[in-house]
Amino acid sequence: MHDSPPSRVERTDRSPWNWLLVVPIIVPLLTFLFNASEPRLFGFPRFYWMQLAFIGLGVACTLVVYRMTRRP
Amino acid sequence: MTEINVTELTVFVVLFVGVAGLGFVASRWRPPASTMHHLDEWGLGGRSFGGWVTWFLIGGDLYTAYTFVAVPAALYALGAVGFFAMPYTVVTYPIVFLVLIRLWSVSHRHGFVTPADFVRARFGSPTLALLIALTGIMATMPYIALQLIGIESVLKAIGVTGDSFVAQHLPLIIAFGILAAYTYQSGLRAPALIAFVKDTLIYIVIIAAVIYVPYKLGGWGVIFDAADHKFTAAKRGGLLLAGPSQLQYITLALGSALALFLYPHSVTGILASKNRDIIKRNMAALPAYSLLLGLIALLGYMAIAAADQGVAPIVTDGKPDVNTIVPVLFDKMFPAWFAGVAFAAIGIGALVPAAIMSIAAANLFTRNIYVEYLQKDASPADQARVSKLVSLIVKLGAVLVIILIDPQFSIDLQLIGGVMILQTLPAVAIGLFTRWFHRAGLIAGWIAGMSAGLAMLYAIPNPATKHAHFGGSAFPLAKLGLPWEVPIYAGFLALVANLIVCVIATVIARAAKVVDGVDATVSWDYFADEGDPKLAR
Repeated sequence: MHDSPPSRVERTDRSPWNWLLVVPIIVPLLTFLFNASEPRLFGFPRFYWMQLAFIGLGVACTLVVYRMTRRP
Repeated sequence: MTEINVTELTVFVVLFVGVAGLGFVASRWRPPASTMHHLDEWGLGGRSFGGWVTWFLIGGDLYTAYTFVAVPAALYALGAVGFFAMPYTVVTYPIVFLVLIRLWSVSHRHGFVTPADFVRARFGSPTLALLIALTGIMATMPYIALQLIGIESVLKAIGVTGDSFVAQHLPLIIAFGILAAYTYQSGLRAPALIAFVKDTLIYIVIIAAVIYVPYKLGGWGVIFDAADHKFTAAKRGGLLLAGPSQLQYITLALGSALALFLYPHSVTGILASKNRDIIKRNMAALPAYSLLLGLIALLGYMAIAAADQGVAPIVTDGKPDVNTIVPVLFDKMFPAWFAGVAFAAIGIGALVPAAIMSIAAANLFTRNIYVEYLQKDASPADQARVSKLVSLIVKLGAVLVIILIDPQFSIDLQLIGGVMILQTLPAVAIGLFTRWFHRAGLIAGWIAGMSAGLAMLYAIPNPATKHAHFGGSAFPLAKLGLPWEVPIYAGFLALVANLIVCVIATVIARAAKVVDGVDATVSWDYFADEGDPKLAR
């Protein structure tokens, strides 16, 4: 059933950079950060602009992890 | 009775038909090397999609027409609580980043088509795999039906609605008939190709909407203030979360995020991609759709601010249908031709996920029920044929459910589906990382999680719709005799119960020396990439 792996090089997904993924998992769930109306930004209460901004946080962190853990 | 808007209808029909044509042509797009009569080709597009195709395909798959209609409707009716879709679709990608690449690798090596295929091989348990497959099918079916609600809300706004049974449902039946035909013909290639058109249309419409509508209404500040006034006056909902609903907001967002990639149709999109790198890259790129969703959500508040311009839910059979609020907003705010484009975007937006979902459900049936229990020696061509046929049946079922049963039933079922699919997490997601759980433990945990989830949902009433049961997903902890007056997402609690039972039952099964299944995978399988050899089957 098992043919042997073609390369003997040990592969792994481990990397210290992966820990960066924890940031965009935790931060968007901290309601105390954003459950308020002030300050407003372009008319948006904080609740809305900050949660939209977390998308940027998620993209940035994921992108860094992706770039730093790319296989050569 | 609203008049049919001819311009809107014409634009809608032209775009809709054009896309249907694309769906049929798709079978000749990226032609398979050998034969189309293989589940890998029909059901997974040859496992060959690159970065862009995957981005459009998964984006079109996860951010469905129903989402685009229901999320703003939730903000319109309830306010901040409905915005949970934002944290939900932000946290999901970093959560699954390291999980999905392992799923892709092991599926690449072993030729898995469904999550239940993986569970079957990993835990050596056809029973557990059957449970996972059934859960997936049950969770997906109402989701397909909901896509019809998306199309229906658009047709209502155009004015295509009638009092007779036929007039009310014929357009839907035609739309779904076309969808069924080209999915049968082209398989996953059809939604992949259509997704390009759908998403381009959606992006154009939403960018226009978030610039043009606030400009017409006097700015974002005015829109939020109008929403604030409405909620304050109605004493229901609000621009911010009330104290106790914060835990519900957090658990609902996290629970939904964990559930998203357990859905069979999400897995289909992932397995169709060419290599690991494409999946990782897409985890960083897919949140672009979340931005879109966030802006779409705010259309709900625009609708509130535009109330004095006649924007209100369409009333059918004496009941206001809040899901029509976005189509009505487009109808009142945009010139007719552009409203037609917007409606087509939503309508086509329903076709992409509906196609992928029916393919995913059909694959589950074929691989984990038909091949496992009915026809053990089914050839790849047999499997492809069965899957194609089942995809038709699945869509027929969805149409019947919408036409014959109260649409509210589908909404309830979809809510239940989310709680149910979350119960496959220990076997599918945790199983990708560890083989520690005993197959008996996982089955016991599944039973516990499902029972707990269904019991909780059954106990939740909804005073607004006068439902005594299945009225929502917010379960008050006080009902468990706990001293806190806070609601929490029922699926989340059910998952906790599931995990606890999994652990306890595993320990017991090991102590009692119950025979465990054989793991057909090796640790190296979870790191395989494009170009690495596949196991001969």
